[in-house]
Amino acid sequence: MKNYVIMRLLATVPLLLGISFLCFVFINLIPSDPAEVALRIRQTPVITEELIAQTRAELGLDQPFLVRYFQWLWDCLHFDLGVSYTNPARTVLGEIGRCLPATLELAGLSLVYVIVLSLPIGFLSAVYKDTWFDRIMRGFVFATTAMPVYWVGLLLIWLISIRLDLLPTSGYGSFAHLILPAFTVALSYISTYIRLIRNNMLENMREDYVLYAQARGLKQRAILVRHILKNSLQSCVTAIGMSIPQLIAGTIVVENVFAWPGVGRLCIASIFNRDYPVIQAYVLLVGVLFVFFNLAFDILQYAADPRLRERKA
Amino acid sequence: MTAVLEVRDLTVRFRNGKRLTSLVERVSFAVRRGGCLGILGESGSGKSMSCKAVLGLLDDNFQVEGSALFEGRQLLGEHPEVLRRLRGGRIGVVLQNPMSCFDPLYRIGEQMAETLAEHTRLSRNGIREKSLELLELMRIRSPEDVLRKYPHQLSGGMLQRVMIGLALSLRPALIIADEPTTAIDSISQYSIMQEFLRIKQAGETALIFISHDLGVLSLIADEVMVMHGGTAVESGPAARIFAEAQDGYTRHLIRQHKAVMSRFLSAIHQRPEVAA
Repeated sequence: MKNYVIMRLLATVPLLLGISFLCFVFINLIPSDPAEVALRIRQTPVITEELIAQTRAELGLDQPFLVRYFQWLWDCLHFDLGVSYTNPARTVLGEIGRCLPATLELAGLSLVYVIVLSLPIGFLSAVYKDTWFDRIMRGFVFATTAMPVYWVGLLLIWLISIRLDLLPTSGYGSFAHLILPAFTVALSYISTYIRLIRNNMLENMREDYVLYAQARGLKQRAILVRHILKNSLQSCVTAIGMSIPQLIAGTIVVENVFAWPGVGRLCIASIFNRDYPVIQAYVLLVGVLFVFFNLAFDILQYAADPRLRERKA
Repeated sequence: MTAVLEVRDLTVRFRNGKRLTSLVERVSFAVRRGGCLGILGESGSGKSMSCKAVLGLLDDNFQVEGSALFEGRQLLGEHPEVLRRLRGGRIGVVLQNPMSCFDPLYRIGEQMAETLAEHTRLSRNGIREKSLELLELMRIRSPEDVLRKYPHQLSGGMLQRVMIGLALSLRPALIIADEPTTAIDSISQYSIMQEFLRIKQAGETALIFISHDLGVLSLIADEVMVMHGGTAVESGPAARIFAEAQDGYTRHLIRQHKAVMSRFLSAIHQRPEVAA
C-alpha cells in the first residue's frame, strides 16, 4: 500500500511536466503580441514600437521560448506564478486565490446536487425498471445529456428567474445566487450518474451472489441496499474522483453565463487579454487537480475493495 | 412415510412479449425425509428451473403452474414473504459456483451472520457461536480465521462447505443442492460429496440433488429423475434406472458415462505410474 502510493506520486512528476510544457506551447501559439495587448489594456495613449519592445523586455518576452519555459517552471517550483501582464500590481497567485473560492462554492454545491439526486434516482430507476418512473427518468437523462450547458443555463434563467421570478438571474452574493448556476453545472453529471448507477445495479442483479442472497432468504430491501447498491457504487467512486476536477474546470462556461466571479471567468478574461501567466496558472491548476483526484480516488478504492487491497499489499 | 416435498405437474413458461415459451412441462417428483432425489440432465434441461420455481426465485417474466406441497403447504402462488422466510430456514439451498455466490465486499462472517439474523432471534454473540459451530460441523480448520476472511481469500471447496453449513444451520426439512460439485476441483468434489452423504445418513433431511454428473448421482441418490428438454423422461429408483433404463436418452447418458469410465480405467491400468 505504502509502496503503491509512493510509486503513484512519483509517476505524477513527468505527467505534470508534460501538462505544463504542452500548455506553455499552445499558449505561445496564440497569434498576437501579448505586450501590445497588455499596453492597450493598460490604456496607454500612444503605443509606439519602442514602447512595445520595452514592454516585451519587461515581461521577459524577448527571451527564447525554452528559456522562458524553464524560467517559468523554476518559478513555479518556488510557488511563484508570476505577475499579470495586464496589471503588474497583481500577482497571478493572488488573482487565482481571489477567484478560486467562488468556483469551489459552485463546484461544491454541484457535487452535492449530483450525489443527492443521482443516487436515489439511479437506484429507483433500477429497482422500478421499465415502470413510468424509469421511463420518465430515461427521457430526462436523454434530454439533459443532449443539451449543451450554456443553453440549459439560459433556459433556466428564462424559466426560473424571469418567468417565475424565483431566483436572481446572475451575479454573486447570497446562497440564492448559487442555486441555479450550480444546478446547471450539475445537470449533465446527474444524468451520467443516474445512468451509471442504474446500469451497474441492473448488471449486479444478475450476479450469482444476488441469487444466493435470495436463496438464503434475505430481505429484498437488504439485498438491494447492502449488496447490489454497494457493489454498484464501486465503479462510481472512481468516476466521481474524475468528476470533481471536471466540475471545477467545467464551471468555465456556466460562470460566464451567470456572471459568476470564479477562476473560469478569470481564465476567459485572461485569454482575451493575452495574459499568459494567468492562463498558464489556470491550466496548471486544472492539471494538478485532475492528477491529484485521480490518485486520491484510486487509493480510496484500494481501501474500499478487499480484493484490490489484497493484491498490492 | 409422507413426502416432505411433493411436486405435481409443474409447468414453467417464459413470457417473452406476448409469446410464451415452455421451459418445464408437467414435471412431478417427490422426496421424503432422509431420502435423496437426484435430478439428472444436461444444462438447459430445466432441472434448476424447476427448483427455482418451487422456491419462488423466478421473477414476473415466468409463469408457473402446478402444485408444490412442502410439509403439506402449497408453495406455488404463496406470498413472496412466506417463501422468503422458508428459504434459508426450513429449506436450505446450495448453489453451484461457490466463488461467485458470496458478495465480494463482505467478510464470510458477516454474510453468515446476516443469514442467521434473518431467521433466528440470536444475539450477536449467539450468532457468532452458531457460525463457528457450523464451520466446525463442516470440518473447516481454524473457523475463527475463516469468519474474518473475504470470499476471494478462500477456495471454492471451502466456500461450498460454508454454503452447506449455512443450508444446514436451522435444521431444514429440505435441502436443494443445485450442481454443488460442478464448479470445484475433483479433490474438493470428493470431500463435498462426503458432507452430503453425512447429511443423508443423519436422516433428518430430505435432499434434492441436481447434477449432470451420473457418477456423482450414483453415489447419493435413492431415486432419480432424468430431465431432457423441459420434461421428465424417466424417473424411479436409482438402481433400476442405472441398471435398466427404459428411455432412450437415459440409456444414451449411461452408455456415455460407462464409455468414459472404462477409458479412464484402462488408461490407469496401462500407466500404473499415474495411479501410484
